[in-house]
Amino acid sequence: MLTRLANPARFMRISGVVLVPLGLAAVAVLAIGLYLALFVAPPDYQQGESVRIMFVHVPAAWLALFAYLVVAMASALALVWKHPLAEIAAQAAAPLGAAFTFVCLVTGSLWGKPMWGTWWAWDARMTSVLVLFFLYLGYIALANAFDDMARGARAASVLALVGVVNLPIIKFSVDWWNTLHQADSVFRMGGPTIDPSMLWPLLIMGLGYLLLFKTLLLIRMRTALNEAKARALRLAASTRHPAEPVPDATPVLR
Amino acid sequence: MTQYLHLFRRELQLAFRQGGEIGLALGFFVLAVVLFPLGVGPEAEILRRIGAGIIWVAALLAAVLSLDRLFATDYADGGLDLLALSAMPLEGAVIAKCAAHWATTGLPLVLMSPFLGLLVGLDGVSIALLALGLLLGTPALSLLGAIAAALTLGARRPGVLSSLIVLPLYLPILIFGAGAVEAGIASGGARPHLLLLGALSLGALPLAPIAAAAALRQALD
Repeated sequence: MLTRLANPARFMRISGVVLVPLGLAAVAVLAIGLYLALFVAPPDYQQGESVRIMFVHVPAAWLALFAYLVVAMASALALVWKHPLAEIAAQAAAPLGAAFTFVCLVTGSLWGKPMWGTWWAWDARMTSVLVLFFLYLGYIALANAFDDMARGARAASVLALVGVVNLPIIKFSVDWWNTLHQADSVFRMGGPTIDPSMLWPLLIMGLGYLLLFKTLLLIRMRTALNEAKARALRLAASTRHPAEPVPDATPVLR
Repeated sequence: MTQYLHLFRRELQLAFRQGGEIGLALGFFVLAVVLFPLGVGPEAEILRRIGAGIIWVAALLAAVLSLDRLFATDYADGGLDLLALSAMPLEGAVIAKCAAHWATTGLPLVLMSPFLGLLVGLDGVSIALLALGLLLGTPALSLLGAIAAALTLGARRPGVLSSLIVLPLYLPILIFGAGAVEAGIASGGARPHLLLLGALSLGALPLAPIAAAAALRQALD
């Protein structure tokens, strides 16, 4: 699977076929999930209607962690096996993960104000997610900090692996430190403690976020490959006929 | 083993003979702490409350500022290539360089901290906890900093970049370091904080050189 997809041309072909159905599925699942979350799911007995922020906040947090895992695993693939698509995948996933982390922080803040009476508290879960956001920013900045792009990609891969230490800290922060943020109620030992009427919309929203992430990841990877190809074509054109003006190289990859 | 000692001695000699290197980080440390009483006002009660945090933050920033000394000059003059070619594993060279870096920045900060503690009005126990915490935590600052210093070799604006990379990694050290003094004031339960600080340094000792050496290798090829 990994070696078969290592050929960029084959990746472009397969991803081109998969992309549209995947995108449509993401839209459909998100629409169903939002309908269930906003209209079908019951209001919370304590929090009332504002519990519905959960359906946006919690999947964003899941995806923020998942995207970092993707970045880290792709970085490991790139460093160990020099997989040609792995660095592209890692760099394509990082801004998406940063965006999910940002959504998680903002919605958490909006939720915290009515529930806890504060926009922000320096508790362990929030602080470690904020650190995750800065790790993403550091990764993106480092990947783009070198004139030699391959160098930037490798340096960023090492950093991504160093940052993995933060993931278990985020996951278990609510268990290790007894602070404001509530403990896990979905992925925990002994099954979820959340009522099925809320759990199902939440899981469907999670699936919708995941499909959205995959769609955007494929689009970003395809764009990165096309950009690389355009650069190579322009370079080849300019070295072959140095006197002539560079033709507008618009490659069509399918 | 003698190779490591040689490298360690060379780094120390460079730091001492190039003069000002040690003084610079120390001067920054003191100045950064002095800024706070002028900024938040000289009320003794407030200063005592936030003093340990200020000193820890200043120590973090001073450590970040001194990171470019770790590899940048050797990278520029080719000394790093020779180190990579030598029989000694690059991880070992990183440890030796970190040890020298700690001896010339971390240790002076530890020695200076009691005076700064007096400056912000900490009591005797708090000062002892502050200095002990710095002693346990500053090795991790040098070791984690080596990763960032190695990653940003040859980057555009390496100074800003390495601080962006390394400060999130420094956060646990800051939390437990300042927490030790805080816990000492509140309940006398500073021991777990200090143990965790020591654990961070001990954990970074074998792991950080591996990451830093990997970063150096990809910077050199």
